[in-house]
Amino acid sequence: MWRQVLARLGASLVVAWGSITVAFLALHALPGQVEDILAGDLDYPGLREAIAAEWGLDRGIGEQYVAFVTRIASGDFGMSYELRQPVTDVVASQLLPTVYLAATAGILAFSIAVVLATLTSGRGRVARRIASIVELTFASTPVFWIGILLLMVFSFNLRWFPVSGAEGWRSLVLPAITLALPTAGLLTQVLRDAIEKTLDQPFVTTLRARGLSERQIRVQHVLRHAALPMMTLGGWIIGGLLGGAVITEKVFGRPGLGTTTLNAVLSHDVPVVLAVVLLAAFIYVAASTILDVLYVIIDPRLKAQ
Amino acid sequence: MSKAAISISIPQPLVDIEGLTVHFGHADGGRPVVEDVSLIIHPGECVALVGESGSGKSVTARTLLNLAGNGARITARRFRLAGEDAMRFDAARWRRVRGREIGLVMQDALVSLDPLRSIAQEVGEVVTNAGLLRGRREIEERVIDTLARVGIPDPEIRSRQYAHELSGGLRQRALIAAAIAAGPRLVIADEPTTALDATVQKQVIDVLSRRVRDEGVGLLLISHDLAVVAEIADRVHVMRAGKVVESGPTAEVLSRPRHVYTRQLIAAVPSATSRGTRLSSARVDFEAASGSGDEDGQPQPIRIIRDPLPPRPVVSGEVVLDVASIGKRYRRRKGVGGGRETFVALDDVSFTVSTGEVVGLVGESGSGKSTCAKIILGLLKPDTGTVRLLGKPWSDIRESERRALRSKLQYIPQDPLSSFDPRYRVSDIVAENVWGLSRKQTLEHIVWLLDQVGLDSGFLDRYPRTMSGGQRQRVAIARALAAEPALIVCDEPVSALDISIQAQVIDLIGELQSRLRTALLFISHDLGLIHHVADSVLVMKDGRIVERGPVDDVFFHAAHDYTRTLLAAVPGPFAAS
Amino acid sequence: MTQTFDTTPGTRAEQEVAPARAMRTVRRRIPAGVVASGAFIALLLVAVAAPGLFTNYDPLAGDFLSILKAPDAAHPFGTDRLGRDVFARTVYGARYSLFIGIGATLISVVFGVLLGILAGQKSRLLDETNSRLFDIVSSFPTVLLAMLVVTFLGQGMFNIAVAVGLSGIPKFGRVVRAQTQLVRNADYVTHAHIYGRGHIEIFFRHLLPNVLVAVPVTATVFIGSAILAVSGLSFLGLGPQPPTPEWGVMLAESRDTLRVAWWPGVFPGVAITLTVIAFTVFGNYLQDVFEGRDNS
Repeated sequence: MWRQVLARLGASLVVAWGSITVAFLALHALPGQVEDILAGDLDYPGLREAIAAEWGLDRGIGEQYVAFVTRIASGDFGMSYELRQPVTDVVASQLLPTVYLAATAGILAFSIAVVLATLTSGRGRVARRIASIVELTFASTPVFWIGILLLMVFSFNLRWFPVSGAEGWRSLVLPAITLALPTAGLLTQVLRDAIEKTLDQPFVTTLRARGLSERQIRVQHVLRHAALPMMTLGGWIIGGLLGGAVITEKVFGRPGLGTTTLNAVLSHDVPVVLAVVLLAAFIYVAASTILDVLYVIIDPRLKAQ
Repeated sequence: MSKAAISISIPQPLVDIEGLTVHFGHADGGRPVVEDVSLIIHPGECVALVGESGSGKSVTARTLLNLAGNGARITARRFRLAGEDAMRFDAARWRRVRGREIGLVMQDALVSLDPLRSIAQEVGEVVTNAGLLRGRREIEERVIDTLARVGIPDPEIRSRQYAHELSGGLRQRALIAAAIAAGPRLVIADEPTTALDATVQKQVIDVLSRRVRDEGVGLLLISHDLAVVAEIADRVHVMRAGKVVESGPTAEVLSRPRHVYTRQLIAAVPSATSRGTRLSSARVDFEAASGSGDEDGQPQPIRIIRDPLPPRPVVSGEVVLDVASIGKRYRRRKGVGGGRETFVALDDVSFTVSTGEVVGLVGESGSGKSTCAKIILGLLKPDTGTVRLLGKPWSDIRESERRALRSKLQYIPQDPLSSFDPRYRVSDIVAENVWGLSRKQTLEHIVWLLDQVGLDSGFLDRYPRTMSGGQRQRVAIARALAAEPALIVCDEPVSALDISIQAQVIDLIGELQSRLRTALLFISHDLGLIHHVADSVLVMKDGRIVERGPVDDVFFHAAHDYTRTLLAAVPGPFAAS
Repeated sequence: MTQTFDTTPGTRAEQEVAPARAMRTVRRRIPAGVVASGAFIALLLVAVAAPGLFTNYDPLAGDFLSILKAPDAAHPFGTDRLGRDVFARTVYGARYSLFIGIGATLISVVFGVLLGILAGQKSRLLDETNSRLFDIVSSFPTVLLAMLVVTFLGQGMFNIAVAVGLSGIPKFGRVVRAQTQLVRNADYVTHAHIYGRGHIEIFFRHLLPNVLVAVPVTATVFIGSAILAVSGLSFLGLGPQPPTPEWGVMLAESRDTLRVAWWPGVFPGVAITLTVIAFTVFGNYLQDVFEGRDNS
């Protein structure tokens, strides 16, 4: 088992290193001087020279690469010339509201999915049809449109929640629901499918023949099996939540990493965008590594291999 | 075997059913899946339901647990379990019946035990759920004790393992342990030994029959295998298309079957006595039957006569396949997280197959049969030794050089469907093996080939997935014949088929072989089948051939212990001795 | 169908019960949802080819006399803050969503299939390299990857199609890799070897066709999620710019007037959602048909 965990960790390091390399290559493969790309829309005397000095652009490409990887690995993403402060500070100051939003939405989506899937799987045809139509609709609706609709109903018409801002729990309700619903739709589909596939397996007949109730079978046995396909999706869901958070922040005018990044994109503030994208990739890699290890722990069949 | 138990006293029957009918909605035009079945099981008695797939035997058994499936409508004139009217049971009462009063053993323990839970958790759950014991220690003891009762060695260690970590036989015993852990008076075993090797099968049957004999449990055995039924059942019900066509004491039914279906079913089992005949042509010799009498009170067993196959060609001695001391080793990981060890899959195996000869290859799983077949088919290179085909080098040449000879060596697999490209129709499949003919000639040739295997030209445009198992196997045979091979390797070609279909396919292979003088290497785990079709036999164990010779010599006068063990494991009156 | 036990020698094919599933596939009734989805996709394609069939309004022409008019007979979806007809804009918007969505899908398919087939070959090195490559690309969330692309390459339809297409490569790559391995080890490929067919012949006769059957299905479903991603990026202002009648752009513009007019914020969203649902339902149906066909 430890062999597999180590192999998985090794692969994750390769992926993390690979994503840094991709960023480096992208920076250098683009037409134009790296100084120009990093400077973005800014231009003042001495800026190009300062950038060249900081990034060591006068050195050979190999040396630059090694320096780049070591710097990123040590958590130094350089300076934002646009904002005139270290990128790490910019990201750190904006990280919390975004993580708060994504985590709340993630927990909400997960809870909705578990409850709905457990209740509706393997039930009557009508209930399942309705459930699957609702799931499909939510999974197919753009995050920002859900946000717009919720704003329209609950902020402009009913005035229950603020239109924008990030003060207090009331400002988190609509964004969290907005971000959670499409993910919940998708997760419910996956989970219900997995539960129904598990219920079709021969061992469930054995369980019934032992006198277990349907509730016992679902909670004590089937959910564990159904969790496995969810876990392989986990990293992807977390990545999706981070991406969705960017959009949600824009809809609700919330401060956060998303708004910062969007501004950075529009002002060509490359170091900030690079830092946020790499950070998201690292979060993805870390999350899916943890889930993969958990998978091996849950499924004893994998330990032996 | 437990006639004594019956005659001592007749306690209340565990199961008393009369006129059981099961419908599934309006599927099949409202035709019942089980129709007017009556069933009585006493304590200490084993009753068997036999029949082919679709006969309704499993549904009948599951109905005893009210687990026939979604939408099952059950009617019965009488449906009593241990004296209580089961038609009045509510859901909660049924849950008390399950596990506590009736235990269920299913076919394949690998998928019938929760793969994510240890054996101890699985068996312990039955005890906990029945509300028998509460303390953790007590439950643990009960689990270990139950595992020991079904003959699992080192139960403390095994209980901590998972289903996939146990061998097939141990796994199946663990499944039985879970079924009996709460002490049910009745055990239902649904094909409990299918897919197990003969020797393991025998051990599992012993475990079950001990519950009946020593503990007075009632056993309902569902099986398609008459040999297993003969070994253990006191009474047998033969089912066909949802109805019981014949029932009675096992010995009586198997030796003097009254219903024509039972007779054909019995006669379709290949064995030493059926050699050289068509299995599917079996019928009762009425003249012999009517002559035997009640005079001595012991009616003669009925006599079955069969039509002969065309005479076998004389084995010419021209060697088609020459296998010379081939060997194969694998490096594999030892157990959980252990180091690597060398596993000898094949060790110094030599034999020849001549024109017109049928050589049987028997052995249990892991004996090296499939490795041997792969090397012969040129899919795997032997580490040592060589294979020659038609006197030419075969195993030690490059694939591109082998290709010219490929058509001389054909293969009939166990599962033909997976050997067909899913996009192909029957005509495409056979055409793949026809070389160097024009389009029109190819089609004519395919029609002729299909005719040889008993399929008309209407099958040309069919997709195999819309065809039955027997028809698919016929297509596979036609495809093999298309290349006009000198040798066909048949790998368990009928083991997935129902017995009556199996008989027809074996007849077809036998007839074609006699006519075309094609050499066959016939791989099977079924000793009776090998005795029926083969001229000589090779017995494999742990990668070595432990015994070889003409079938009669080997099966009637086995010299090697292992062969004798194998033969002894063949249950019932169908044993070759 | 009952089993008949023919006792005559040389019996014809036996009357076994053919598998029920196969019989079902032959006479499958197409569900209403699938028919509706197919019809909606057809409608979208017409809107792409000839939007003039649906509306006489110019999607870009503002009418300052009729600003933010509620839906009525003349403007079934109402008008936006510049007095442009929302219905006309929604109809013309189909062009952008479908072009970018399908363009992104094509990028994913071409590179995904190529890399996937390579990864599915026997070579351990090829498999590891390509699989890690898929891991690396999929570690970037689509939205953020698109932001990176736009930062480097600038805003625009083509660039977001590239971004979405790039992030879809691992999906196709993994599906095709798995399918390639499955087919490569399938019994029918082994059998073709036994008959003496060469590697190249087997690749083109068995491997490639059986690998590629999985692609159209995955692609159809993927078009839906690509359109979803594209609309999000447009909403953020990374794609086509106003006044382009792209659905995401239209919704972004509608946010400022939500307090007084709901219609510009509703109809383009309905269009996106229905389009995504239609492609998903249709793709899933293809999947069912395909799985009924395929026996693996």
